[in-house]
Parts: sequence; C-alpha cells; structure tokens
Amino acid sequence: MAFEPKIVGFLCNWCSYTGADLAGVSRIKWPPNVRPIRVMCSGRIDPTFVVKAFREGADGVLVSGCHPGDCHYYQGNYKALRRYHLLRRVLEQFGIHPDRLMLTWVSAAEGERWAKVTQEITERVRKLGPLHLKD
Amino acid sequence: MIKLRIDGNEVEVNAGTPLLKAAQKLNIEIPTLCHYEGIEPYAACRVCTVEVVRGRRRRMVTACNYPATDGIEVFTDNERVRRARRLNLEMLLGRCSEVPAIRALAAKYGVEKSRFGYDPKEKCILCGLCVRMCSDIVKANVLSFAYSGPRRKVVTPFEREMATDVCIACGACAHVCPTGAITIEDLSQRRGEVPEMYLGPKTAISIPFQQAVPKVPYIDPDACIKMQTGGCGICAQVCEPEAINYKMQDEVVELDVGQILVATGYQIFDASQMAQYGYGKLDNVLSALEFEKMLNSTGPTGGRVLTKNGKEPRAIGIIHCIGSRDARYHKYCSRVCCMYALKFAHLVKDRTNAEVYQFYIDMRAFGKGYEEFYSRVLDEGVNVIRGKAAEVVEATWGNEREGHLLVRCEDTLIGKFREVPVDMVVLCAAIEPNVDQERVGQIFSLSRSPDGFFLERHPKLDPMGTVNDGIYLAGCCQGPKDIPDTVAQAQGAAARILAMIAKGEVLLDPIRASIDENLCGGCKVCNNLCPYMAITFDDVKKVSVVNETLCKGCGTCVAACPAGAITGSGFTDEQIFAEIEGILADAGNK
Repeated sequence: MAFEPKIVGFLCNWCSYTGADLAGVSRIKWPPNVRPIRVMCSGRIDPTFVVKAFREGADGVLVSGCHPGDCHYYQGNYKALRRYHLLRRVLEQFGIHPDRLMLTWVSAAEGERWAKVTQEITERVRKLGPLHLKD
Repeated sequence: MIKLRIDGNEVEVNAGTPLLKAAQKLNIEIPTLCHYEGIEPYAACRVCTVEVVRGRRRRMVTACNYPATDGIEVFTDNERVRRARRLNLEMLLGRCSEVPAIRALAAKYGVEKSRFGYDPKEKCILCGLCVRMCSDIVKANVLSFAYSGPRRKVVTPFEREMATDVCIACGACAHVCPTGAITIEDLSQRRGEVPEMYLGPKTAISIPFQQAVPKVPYIDPDACIKMQTGGCGICAQVCEPEAINYKMQDEVVELDVGQILVATGYQIFDASQMAQYGYGKLDNVLSALEFEKMLNSTGPTGGRVLTKNGKEPRAIGIIHCIGSRDARYHKYCSRVCCMYALKFAHLVKDRTNAEVYQFYIDMRAFGKGYEEFYSRVLDEGVNVIRGKAAEVVEATWGNEREGHLLVRCEDTLIGKFREVPVDMVVLCAAIEPNVDQERVGQIFSLSRSPDGFFLERHPKLDPMGTVNDGIYLAGCCQGPKDIPDTVAQAQGAAARILAMIAKGEVLLDPIRASIDENLCGGCKVCNNLCPYMAITFDDVKKVSVVNETLCKGCGTCVAACPAGAITGSGFTDEQIFAEIEGILADAGNK
C-alpha cells in the first residue's frame, strides 16, 4: 500500500479555518491527509503542540494563519512566524527534517489556496517518507 | 442713503452706487454688453447709455459707471436714450456684423444694417472684460490690449497663438466674453472637468450632484482660481451669509465609539479596459452613470437624450455585463444592471423615438415587481438580443459618415451573427470593490470574500454582521446590491446597533485567558505580548493579571508563558493535546 502521510494542521479560527470551511462549501477537493485542529489564533500555537503531534505519530505538521497584516488579533501571526523559525532549528536537532513543518497563510476567502497548500505539504511529506516516532 | 428717481420711480441707494445697480433694484433692465458683476465697470460698449437730469441740466451718461447722487432723475428708455443706443449698436454692428448677441440687441432697437461697414469675421468689441477679468480678478495677467487706434486688439503675451505658460486655463475670459470672441481649446486635460463623468465642464465651486447630502457647494482646490493665484474670490463677494471659507482644510477627527457600521460602497469597473467596446475612444459610447446623468432632468442636457453632435439618436444599444460575469475580470453578477438597463430603455422610449436594443446574457429580473416591469418594457417595443456583444465599431449609416456605431454580436436565440446599427451605446459596467477596500478592511480587521467584497459573518444567518463584534456591514461594500436590498441591510444593521445600545450590556464569548497566581513567576513576558493590553502587572502580589473584559481569547500569552501559568478557556493545553492524540489515534503501532 502506498504511503499516506498523516499531517496535523493547526488552523486559526478567523482566516485559515474559515478558508478550509470555504473550500468544503465550494466543493473543492483537498487531501484528507491533513487533519485540522482549530485554535483561536496562530499565535496560540505552542511549539509543544507541534512536538506533541510528531510524538503522537504525525508525519508532518501544518501551521496556518491569517496573512501578515490581516490577523484578527492584530499580530498573532507574527508571533507564530517567530516561533516557527526557532522550532525548525529545534526539530533538526531532534533528527526531524525541518521541512516536515510548514507555515502558511490562508485567508477566509482562499478556499482554493487551502486546497493547494494541503496538496503541497502532503506531497512534500510523502517524499520525505514516514517518520516512525510512535513505533 | 440718497434718493433718486428712475423712470418716474423713486429709489433709495447708497451714495455712489452705479445707476445700473440702482435700476436693478427697481427691476428696470438696462441693456449692457460689457458689464459683469464683481468687475470694475469700464463703460466700453456704451449700450447702457441713459439720460440723467439734474435741475435744468440733461446729460447722456453710461449707467454702469455713473454714480448716483441725490435728487437726480434718470430716464432709461426715452426717445433720446433709444436714439443714442441705436447709434452705438449700429457702430458695434459695423465692427462685428455676425455676432448673435449684438445682432439680437440691435434688432431689438430696430437696427438691421450698419452704415459703418460690414465685417463678418470680427467678434471682439474691445470691451476689455476679459482683460479686466484676467488682471483684476484672476490676477494671472495674461490678456492685455495691444496697439492703438483701429489696430487695437486683445492679445496673449507676445501674441503667441495658444495658451502660454502663464495662462492657468481657468476659462474665466471665455466665460465673461459677451460676444463669444474667446474660446478655450482643450489642448490637454481641461481643468475643472470631472474625469469620470465628462458630460460638460464643471466650475470650481459646485454642488456635487442634486441629491447630495449635505446639499452644499464645495470648492475644487485644483480648479479654484483663488487657491491658485490668490485672485478672484468672487464667490465670497457674492455670498451674503459669508459662508465661503477658503482656508478650510481636511481634518482628522477622533471619535470614541462603541459600534461601527461600515458602508464604504463600491466603484464602477473602468470600461476602457475592454477596448473592444470603444469606451473613451468612440464618441457616443457612454457608461451607464454618464447616461443616467444625461437622463436626469437637472443634468447637463436637461434630461434630453443627445448624441455628441446634439442630435437625437435613432437607435441606442445597451450592453449588459461589462466586466461582470466575465472570467477575465469579475466572475460575479453585478445584480443591478439588468434592471437599470430596462429602466433606461423605458425612459428612452418615453422621451425619444429611438429604437432600443438590449444585449444581455441572462435577464435577471429577480426582485418584487421586477419581472412585471420587464414584461412592460418588452410591450413598449424594446428589442432584446440574447448574446453578449462582441465589439462596437464605427460605421456609416444611411449615407451619413460620422458618429455612427455598429454593435456586433451573436444572437444565441436565433443562432445568427448580427450587426446592429446604433447612434449611441450604453455600457453597463460592473460594480466592483473600492480600490482601497483591502486597506479599509485592515483598519477594521475585516476579511474579504474571493470577489474582494467584505465578508459577512454568515451568508444566511448573519448577512450584516462581521467576525468582529460591534462592526456591521451595509450596502455594496459587502457585495453588489440594489437600493431596496441596501436599505434593508442598513436598517437591519442599524437595528442591531440600537438593540445593543438599548440593552446596555455586551455579551462576550467565554473564551478567556486566566493566570494562576501560584504558578506565575512575574516575568512580565505576557504583559507586552497582549495586543489588547488586557494583561497588567499587580505590583503588590508580583504577578500578572488578566482583565477579562478586555481579553479576546487569542491565546498568544498562553503559548508564550514560560511557567505554564496561563490557561485559555476552551483551548487549554490539555484539550489540544487530547485532540492531537485523538486525531492521531490510528498512527503508528503497526
């Protein structure tokens, strides 16, 4: 059987979650590999969530917030951006390929972009192969 | 105040008032060519000649500059006066034989021909109104008299033919010229013209449109002479309540409000982007807004439908869906165009004998009474052609060469290609989001839907709310809609706002951050992180405290707290960990 990566998506409530919802309402297909978890803001995403997701067997993690300047809470996405760059280095030290973590911006109006982003990370992680942290 | 008699009527005026003004007070009309309110009188045309009697002395004087004195008697229309005016008019007619204004005035006094010559080309009577306007009022000092005797004439600097660099192209000289001797050539972009609606020039001070609220005139600083040269100021002179203020500036006003209704409207798609329809290139291709202005009975044509050459069109083509329902520009339907296009057809049929052709994709008569109106317009003999027009080109029509247009389209109902000759084309351009919609959205933290308009909280259940509490939407900033829909949405939003004010309380989402005092180390990391300044430091207890009313529950502080002292209700670490475990329950453990 072909490898189907399991990817945890952390989506902010106002932009990305609504955008993913729009993708669904618009009947746009996006890969079921990404399993979304709603948080109020991408700034809420604690690096331990990402580490926990890998620990629980995720092959990739997607963090998605509002476009820069569009954050519902003004600047939560900038905080997510800072944590993302730090976390990539930490992941590398753990032996996890930093490309398994992806940060992106999807607005509430971008259903098609959400489909594109999820396809992109799925393909990326599929190439990297399974992580096998839980085994 | 002094008293004098004019044509037997007594009038009281200030000493020194010109007789012309005193006569105006009695509604006695004295003919004049070279007098203009606000410009120093010059008595050049001599047509305003009147007879003044003081005691036993009788004199012929010019009314425009002769000052009133006490006890004089003035005759404005006796036989001596008429004879003098006839002679003056005969001399003017000898110089400028074909100027309509002079011919009409001369005819009124029975002068049909002049003994003093015939010159059909000369139009200037050397009254100097333009020179005085340019130097005294506009203060641009462009025009002046040159030469003397029979060679005397009005010239531009160095007699150069066209506008020199000192001319500000205000057009005031042409405006005051009584004989039409001066014309303004529109060499580049004319001042005072509204680029988007070029149906006729506009003055620098005007009421934007008849239905404007508040209905007050405003000054266009780019066209106002006062603001460019410091001259003019005529509007302030004639305004009796002294309401004109040249120093008024835009100001930023800060208001403390609890709720906001965003109703920033829309803009019209620029039809010149679609070159195939010739908007901006071909005469008589109009945008819907321009046509609407033309149909307006207070508009530039007084409500008459006229082509550029001033004739009534024999046929008008109305093309729907310019920029809307078009994958290249906007996919959405603009909603209002079908109905206003039908209204246009109805009004054209009402006012002219022109044929009307509607080129439509689908006729969307969706509202109450709209379908009935559509049937009525069809009964009036309006031609409807189902098919989007492909292009508009210039054409000849019945041996006439100029200004006629041909609309090419495919009539999908009969499956034929058609070319429809018309004299005028109206383009129904799309409603689109304002050019600064994104910036406005960022100010209010509003999301936009894929079409670029603001996103409502829910398309069916909350069409006027937004994701931000206390911010509401109304009108076309949320999507194209007609007036009834806009009014309904705006009234709904206003009712929501009033309900909130009446209630006096605000319901908050139960998503909040809270700090465990026992765990908080007092590092203050969270204090500066909070975008709402909801976290303060308690100096007594040496811990940070969350103000629960200000907190919006974004959770940024929760993620940042190094001590794990902050929890976000509804989104605690434990809950999210459990979620992660739940959705990855099938992972691993092969």
